[in-house]
Amino acid sequence: MHELGVVFHIMDSMEKVAHENEATGISKVVLELGEVSTVIESYLQNCWKWAAGKRDLFADAELIVETLPAVTYCEGCGQTYPTVEYGKICPHCKSPDTWLLQGNEFNIKEIEIY
Amino acid sequence: MKEVRVLEIKQSVFADNDKQAADLRQELKQKGIFLLNLMSSPGAGKTTTLMRTIEAMRDTFKIGVMEADIDSDVDARTIQKSGAKVIQLHTGGMCHLDAEMTRQGLDGLKVEDVELAILENVGNLVCPAEFDTGASKNVMILSVPEGHDKPLKYPLMFSICDVVLINKIDVLPYFDFDMDKCREYILMRNPNAKIIPICAKTGEGISEWTKWLAEEVKSWRAAE
Ligand SMILES: Nc1nc2c(ncn2[C@@H]2O[C@H](COP(=O)(O)OP(=O)(O)OP(=O)(O)O)[C@@H](O)[C@H]2O)c(=O)[nH]1
Ligand SMILES: [Mg+2]
Ligand SMILES: [Zn+2]
Repeated sequence: MHELGVVFHIMDSMEKVAHENEATGISKVVLELGEVSTVIESYLQNCWKWAAGKRDLFADAELIVETLPAVTYCEGCGQTYPTVEYGKICPHCKSPDTWLLQGNEFNIKEIEIY
Repeated sequence: MKEVRVLEIKQSVFADNDKQAADLRQELKQKGIFLLNLMSSPGAGKTTTLMRTIEAMRDTFKIGVMEADIDSDVDARTIQKSGAKVIQLHTGGMCHLDAEMTRQGLDGLKVEDVELAILENVGNLVCPAEFDTGASKNVMILSVPEGHDKPLKYPLMFSICDVVLINKIDVLPYFDFDMDKCREYILMRNPNAKIIPICAKTGEGISEWTKWLAEEVKSWRAAE
């Protein structure tokens, strides 16, 4: 499952960060997830709970997911529009010549350690 | 009382893997091992295409194959019959291979005498696209029964691939697969993609593919 692999990756890299900062535990991890990224938040939360139980540093680590809206830019008319509502075709000028400006981000924003 | 600190990270979830992949790519360059990452949906024809590829290229390059499978060794057994070196990587339920797992696989292949290493990634159009394996080139197979609109649904996969092989063209008469539309959609996502229709079953189109691959290996070797 995609989400589980991703959770392992996040935990691996945050474990490194925690060690570098001589932390004894991680209490919170904040992610930024684009609206049209390939990850589903509820799956992510489930995998997180499961994986956190298996790692000491994450025993009481909460996962916070902040959603970033998806925005598409149109080459045809130079305007932007919400991707989820209109998809590939520009609602202003009907051009299909458009690309995603933001919305597939998947970032680790910050963590809280102790 | 525990002291709580907040650390700003601000990095992509994939940043660590990207770094490991870049390191691996450089290392392989020094060793002269060309790594090809082969991806597709389950059953699109990766193993069949691989068999054809090995058959056509084994006299030119020493080939090693890594078979990533969630939990079986059927494909590795098939490849073994071709005479190529093969190793089975179990991903333990994971939907993709990352750079670290690929490195372990290459170690297991005893890669020193291999010139062309091919990775059959897990059958999936989403996750493998996000995890750079350190490969020199990425290739994907889209098979006719999957439909010509896949590039619209899985844009990332199509945008990271150097070549798209359109497989199972022998069944074109039975599906409403529109080859021209498919090309158009792929090029919309990735203007540099090379598109080669093949039939792994009969071998049609395979020579165009292996010719492309042999040339890529040559120019990769020649580059500094
Ligand atoms: N008609 C037709 N069938 C094909 C062709 N290539 C492969 N197949 C069949 O498609 C099925 C799957 O092929 P594989 O090569 O095992 O596909 P794969 O992508 O390796 O599959 P997984 O490893 O399970 O994801 C097999 O039954 C093949 O015989 C082709 O060109 N034409
Ligand atoms: Mg296979
Ligand atoms: Zn427009």
